[in-house]
Amino acid sequence: MSKYTLTVNGTTRTVDVAPDTPLLWVLRDALDLAGTKYGCGVGQCGACTVHVNGQPTRSCITPISEVGRKAVTTLEGLDPKGSHPLQRAWQELDVPQCGYCQAGQIMTAAALLKSKPDPTDEDIDAALGGNLCRCGTYLRIRAGIHRAAELAKKKGAA
Amino acid sequence: MSTPTLVDTGRRDFLKKSALAGGGLVLGFYLKSADSLAEGVAKPSTVPTTGEFRPNAFIRIAPNGVITLISKQPEIGQGIKTSLPMVIAEELEVNWQDVHIVQGDLDAVYGSQSAGGSRSTPTNYEEFHRLGATARTMLIDAAARSWKVPAGECIAENSVVHHPKSKRRLGYGALAVKASALPVPAADQVKLKDPKNYKLLGSRIGGVDNPSVVTGKPLFGIDVRLPGMLYAVYEKCPAFAGKVMSANLDAIKSLPGVRDAFVLESSGADLRGLLPGVAIVAESTWAAFSARKKLEVSWDEGKVASESWEGFAAMAQELAKQSGTETLRKDGDVAAALAGAAKRLEAAYSYPFISHASIEPQNCTAWFRDGRMEIWAPSQNPENGQKVVAETLGIPKDRITVHLTRAGGGFGRRLSADYVVEAAAIAQRVKAPVKLTWSREDDLRHDHFRAGGFHFLRGGLDAKGELIAWHNHFVTFANRVNQDGKSLLQPGAGASLSGDEFPGRWVANCLLEQTPLECGIPMGPWRAPGSNVFAWVFHSFLDELAHAAGRDPLDFRLDILGDRSIVPGTGEKGVPYDVSRMKHVLQHVAEQAQWGKKQFPKGQGQGIAFHFSHRGYIAQVAEVTVSKDGKLKVDRVVVATDIGAQIVNLSGAENQVQGSVVDGLGTLMFQELDVAKGRIVQGNFHDYPMIRIADAPTKIEVHFLKTDCPVTGLGEPALPPLAPAVCNAIFAATGIRVRRLPLARTDLRWS
Repeated sequence: MSKYTLTVNGTTRTVDVAPDTPLLWVLRDALDLAGTKYGCGVGQCGACTVHVNGQPTRSCITPISEVGRKAVTTLEGLDPKGSHPLQRAWQELDVPQCGYCQAGQIMTAAALLKSKPDPTDEDIDAALGGNLCRCGTYLRIRAGIHRAAELAKKKGAA
Repeated sequence: MSTPTLVDTGRRDFLKKSALAGGGLVLGFYLKSADSLAEGVAKPSTVPTTGEFRPNAFIRIAPNGVITLISKQPEIGQGIKTSLPMVIAEELEVNWQDVHIVQGDLDAVYGSQSAGGSRSTPTNYEEFHRLGATARTMLIDAAARSWKVPAGECIAENSVVHHPKSKRRLGYGALAVKASALPVPAADQVKLKDPKNYKLLGSRIGGVDNPSVVTGKPLFGIDVRLPGMLYAVYEKCPAFAGKVMSANLDAIKSLPGVRDAFVLESSGADLRGLLPGVAIVAESTWAAFSARKKLEVSWDEGKVASESWEGFAAMAQELAKQSGTETLRKDGDVAAALAGAAKRLEAAYSYPFISHASIEPQNCTAWFRDGRMEIWAPSQNPENGQKVVAETLGIPKDRITVHLTRAGGGFGRRLSADYVVEAAAIAQRVKAPVKLTWSREDDLRHDHFRAGGFHFLRGGLDAKGELIAWHNHFVTFANRVNQDGKSLLQPGAGASLSGDEFPGRWVANCLLEQTPLECGIPMGPWRAPGSNVFAWVFHSFLDELAHAAGRDPLDFRLDILGDRSIVPGTGEKGVPYDVSRMKHVLQHVAEQAQWGKKQFPKGQGQGIAFHFSHRGYIAQVAEVTVSKDGKLKVDRVVVATDIGAQIVNLSGAENQVQGSVVDGLGTLMFQELDVAKGRIVQGNFHDYPMIRIADAPTKIEVHFLKTDCPVTGLGEPALPPLAPAVCNAIFAATGIRVRRLPLARTDLRWS
């Protein structure tokens, strides 16, 4: 076991875990942030996606020893009020079915919108290609991202 | 809609339940939200429950006006936690925004709580109307008595009772105490709303847990966290049901963070019950996962180790030369009709074993103390969980509590209770609550699989191009079971042909027979069991026959359906088939898709199929593009459904249909498990690919046709017609017929 000091959702946290512990399990078990999900453990499904220094990252294959003091953002910390345009659009369009993969979908989409505020369907398919949705909500995910882009523009204009 | 989260709305209900169960400690999951990390175990809140109006187990109206509705069915992504409470809310005349929805635990007071077979809606719909209307009647009565006016002069609207004549009004909260004192009226004193006055039903309502989902609140089984909880993994033999000979338990117990490691024996011969294995209990999920990598087990694999898909496929080819061991339907004389047919066709169709692959791996939390077992399970069938735990571990049912969590997908997988009984069996050996988490590899390799199958078909057409003969010899999979002292072969769930499967009952000369292959592979229901592959086989072969006859595939099908209105079911499981409903959806989908009116260049085309299952009548048209190098793109799918008189939640219903289309397409394109040496070869999503966003159709148009028929479910019936519609479109586009699943097995290149 080793002590690690992390910056998660803007807060400094210290944990005592094995160096090879994936960030996913540090978040879920040690920090009680259960929004980030375990789906495959090998970086294939995207359910565990968080931002590390703003980059969408598979937390299930990212050992804690490699995180350092880089800024980690999880779905819980995406927006202080839980009203990021994606979070609003997801509710407005009723995107989820079971909802389990949606943390990863939203975190990946949030990074996409930062680099491409008005993405095309092709941009979305390329960026979200690593995020499985077993329930098949892909059409609403596409629509949700377009709607979030609109909401973000309105907010920007206001 | 206020933003109810499980953390908030579950509180009072949970406190009440845990108080009854004698436990006040199990509050962590419910009371600790993600942003109150430092709180530890919260203190019980002191929300008063006196004076609440509780006309039945599902409705609670507090004097402060808070309206709580209990959702008894498991929520697995099918939207039932939103839709069934909507039915009560409609009749109760409340503002949906005022309603809090609470997930009910397993409790006999709610009646059946199993979510399978798309039955949650049809079995509860009428009753839930009555529940809401009864409560509304009592609230009106309470107001009328307060005002000393006839109840008939009062109306209920937006959680308020009005007396228009005197312009008086009383909110439901203010009426709660008075209504509580009234007797529950007889059913004939309760008037249900006229459907034309529905405000909520048929509208688009977002899932009640959406606010929690999008902010990452703990909701799912895997999110359960209890004070002092330990974390377990369970290693089973890779060859199904193999026994533990020895394991390096001492070495495992000495690893960091490991609290215990032990062997569990099998509960008996049930392949879907508690299988033998090694449990590792640790202080964190990762400690348990890490220790497992060091686990060395010597297994007695048993005779299952000789089984392989290759071997089964060879056996199926041999069996096809013989008659089936079981005849499910025999109408007319197939041999004579085929001999005299103007055209005869023969084809073999096959499909592999597949996994449910629900995205939340199986998991369960259990706590055993003072002879009582308390369970938190993402289950589709909590009754079964309780039953299996009771029978396997010898704990009386009244000492087993089951809390239902949201489940990250079901698809039939969570009707089984293997992961529940594993967690309970481990908890029995540990003096702490234990959460068992399956790895993805566990989930894929120890599923209760959708069975593979082999269909050997022959069809005959007369000179007019009409179908006169249909013969199917189905070679399927079965497990050997002991029933009433007899050893017999039991086909897997959905792995047995019904004598009524279309076009049986419609063709004068029809022979349906099957032969089971004995296997040691556990099988279970997979979304639309049987139908999910039978529709593909039969509507693909029908399409072959239509083309052989030189006929339009839609006309050919309409001719087979004929002019009868209701075709009665035959045999034990037979259900009547309403031909007029099927023709209605078929004609509608054809019209919407402009069937036969669009010109497609080579490489593009339309395909059509229909299927009746789970009480629903569904027809689909798919439009595809197949590139010269063989890449498929589904451009558009049009779906017409008839599931009765009312769509409950339009948003949820549309989501289910679109999801079924995407799921059906993913299953068609990619999913395949290989069996070798009695075990599953694939292990994770790199070698068991699932459909991703780029392969999802661009457009899925959903049409709900309403008919004056009972309201039925939508979790399953929209899936089966997708695969044949797409494969028939591929044929129209390329002339290539897909007879083996998944699609990746067929070369779709054309020139």
